Amino acid sequence: MGTVMTTENFRSNEPIARILADEPEVSTVSSGADIKMATKGVDVFYGDKQALDDISIDIHSKQITALIGPSGCGKTTFLRCLNRMNDVVDSCRITGSITMDGEDIYAPGVDVVSLRGRVGMVFQKPNPFPKSIFENVAYGPKIHGLARTNDELEEIVMKSLTKAGLIDEVKDRLLAPATGLSGGQQQRLCIARAIAINPDVLLMDEPCSALDPIATARIEDLMWELKENFTIIIVTHSMQQASRVSQQTGFFHMGVLAEVGTTEQIFQNPVDTRTRDYITGRFG
Amino acid sequence: MIMTNEKLIRKRNRAEKRFRAYGVLSLLAAGSVLLFLIYTIVSSGYSAFFRASMLLDVQLDAALMDVAPPYTQDVLLQGRYGTVVKQALYAQFPDVVARKDRRDLARMLSPGAEQSVRDYLIDHPDRIGSRISLEVPLSSDFDQLYKGYLPRSGDYVRFNEAQLQWYDRLQQEGRIHYRFNTQFLFGGDSRYPELAGIGGAVMGSLFALLVCFLLAFPLGIAAATYLEEFARDNHLTRIIEANINNLAAVPSVIFGLLGLAIFLNVFGLPRSTPLVGGMVLSLMTLPTIIIATRASIRAVSPGIRTAALGMGASPVQVVFHHVLPAAMPGTLTGTIIGLAQALGETAPLLMIGMVAFIADIPSTPLDASAALPVQIFLWAESAERGFVEKTSAAIMVIMAFLILMNLLAVIIRSKTQSKVE
Repeated sequence: MGTVMTTENFRSNEPIARILADEPEVSTVSSGADIKMATKGVDVFYGDKQALDDISIDIHSKQITALIGPSGCGKTTFLRCLNRMNDVVDSCRITGSITMDGEDIYAPGVDVVSLRGRVGMVFQKPNPFPKSIFENVAYGPKIHGLARTNDELEEIVMKSLTKAGLIDEVKDRLLAPATGLSGGQQQRLCIARAIAINPDVLLMDEPCSALDPIATARIEDLMWELKENFTIIIVTHSMQQASRVSQQTGFFHMGVLAEVGTTEQIFQNPVDTRTRDYITGRFG
Repeated sequence: MIMTNEKLIRKRNRAEKRFRAYGVLSLLAAGSVLLFLIYTIVSSGYSAFFRASMLLDVQLDAALMDVAPPYTQDVLLQGRYGTVVKQALYAQFPDVVARKDRRDLARMLSPGAEQSVRDYLIDHPDRIGSRISLEVPLSSDFDQLYKGYLPRSGDYVRFNEAQLQWYDRLQQEGRIHYRFNTQFLFGGDSRYPELAGIGGAVMGSLFALLVCFLLAFPLGIAAATYLEEFARDNHLTRIIEANINNLAAVPSVIFGLLGLAIFLNVFGLPRSTPLVGGMVLSLMTLPTIIIATRASIRAVSPGIRTAALGMGASPVQVVFHHVLPAAMPGTLTGTIIGLAQALGETAPLLMIGMVAFIADIPSTPLDASAALPVQIFLWAESAERGFVEKTSAAIMVIMAFLILMNLLAVIIRSKTQSKVE
């Protein structure tokens, strides 16, 4: 257990330290030049019930944005708007604008399938396909036509598994069923699967909530590395996790975005009283 | 306080023991009824798989058989073999000379004896002109006598004294043989019990099931997938769903009437054929397949669906790459159970004329044919003693098919379960 503690301690300090050391990156938060996705006045209704009210947020490129807030506050609903996963819910209605690289992703001509190819998603519960490890990762490149030959496909799979930090554990059993992996391995496989189609944005919906601290630490390390190439938006219940990994944090409360700012500012100097109460543990 | 507790515990323990005993008892009751059923069918049916025959020395005289070279199959099929068979029989019993006695003697042999000679010659045309020893079937009455089903004496005796003497003499000479009856398994139906076979009915049932599977399986999966994955939840789909469930409870004879009215009278499809039989059975099997497929589609973990959608798979890709493969074991199990039901179904087949007496074995689904359950029905109605064992044996054959199909369903289920684990 001793080693685990040291890893945790080491890790939890690292992101904050980097943010503090990396002044220019923090200052670009409001510059607007590197905004990957932006929402303006987004309202979401399930039938007559309003789930989200006037959400406006800029998501910065190649950064990790954490969305925190109490259960049922609309974080996941918001996340699912960003790759139009709410489309499959018949009663769901969305107004306002969500843009990616300046283009409206809800415009009539937009192909949902291609959009989801650019905005990947990792879910709360690890959900590998009941197929082999190889096939799990190869599925995305196959349906999106990213590999012309089997060699290319294999290369993509190996690269994705390497990036997801899973390669050493599975390289001898690529054809074994993915369901035989441990929970943490399955979640990293899901991340490998998501990055295999080389999306611009990676949405993560509480990716560590079903995992133990060691597996969580590995995923957080991984996110830190993936940030170099991907824009990541993570929904999390763990404020420690948000403060450890993210550069920008949004606090949701009862369907509204109560406050958004740099992670440092949100955790050290929140403006909104609800944010302060939540972060100091007075509710939620 | 402790005393009442102990009382309560004893009472509870007794109640649990009693409940277990009820369970064991009901299992025993159900099991013994089943065992009794199987015992009665097997004990009265197993003898139909064997047949008593007589070793006959036949002089294959081309002139008497009315055949001339070249001895091709067509020529031999035109030949007459009654005379040589009778001559061989009379030669066996030179002391029998009176016309009436000779007639009684000839009645000991089945009409199938001539077919035996013909079939032998088709296989060995070079033996024409020589003398051969051939096993030819005994008539049904003597077959039943050999098996001990008919009495040698009493009010209902079907043999005269002379016949019984000849029969005993043949047995002493070792000329009566008891062999496995391949004609029963592979032959067509016949008016003569000793010649009747179940091959035509088996082929008819297999063709009908094939047609039924080819129609009901794709249609059922398509309907279930559409209802479960694509259709909007509105009044129309709810009415369709309710009616599919109702359809599963409609008496099968109604489907037969529908088939008669539409497939035969409107479309003018050929009567008594496995094609129409399979079409009618597919109407019955469809709701079963749709219900089983929908249940197994619903059981597919929603995580797999969202994962695939999140990867950028289109709804159709989600269904074909993930949902249907995961649902396939349940679908196949439901399909096999539906087909097993269809295999045992009689009433709709009676309605479309598959109840006719057909001796030929069908070679395509368009040939008129019987089906297994209808064959059982036909033989059970027949008066001859010989058909009693045939009826039970046909039930054994249909049960063997049902057990095989259910075994297949169990194997599919257990295989996929071990895969998931």
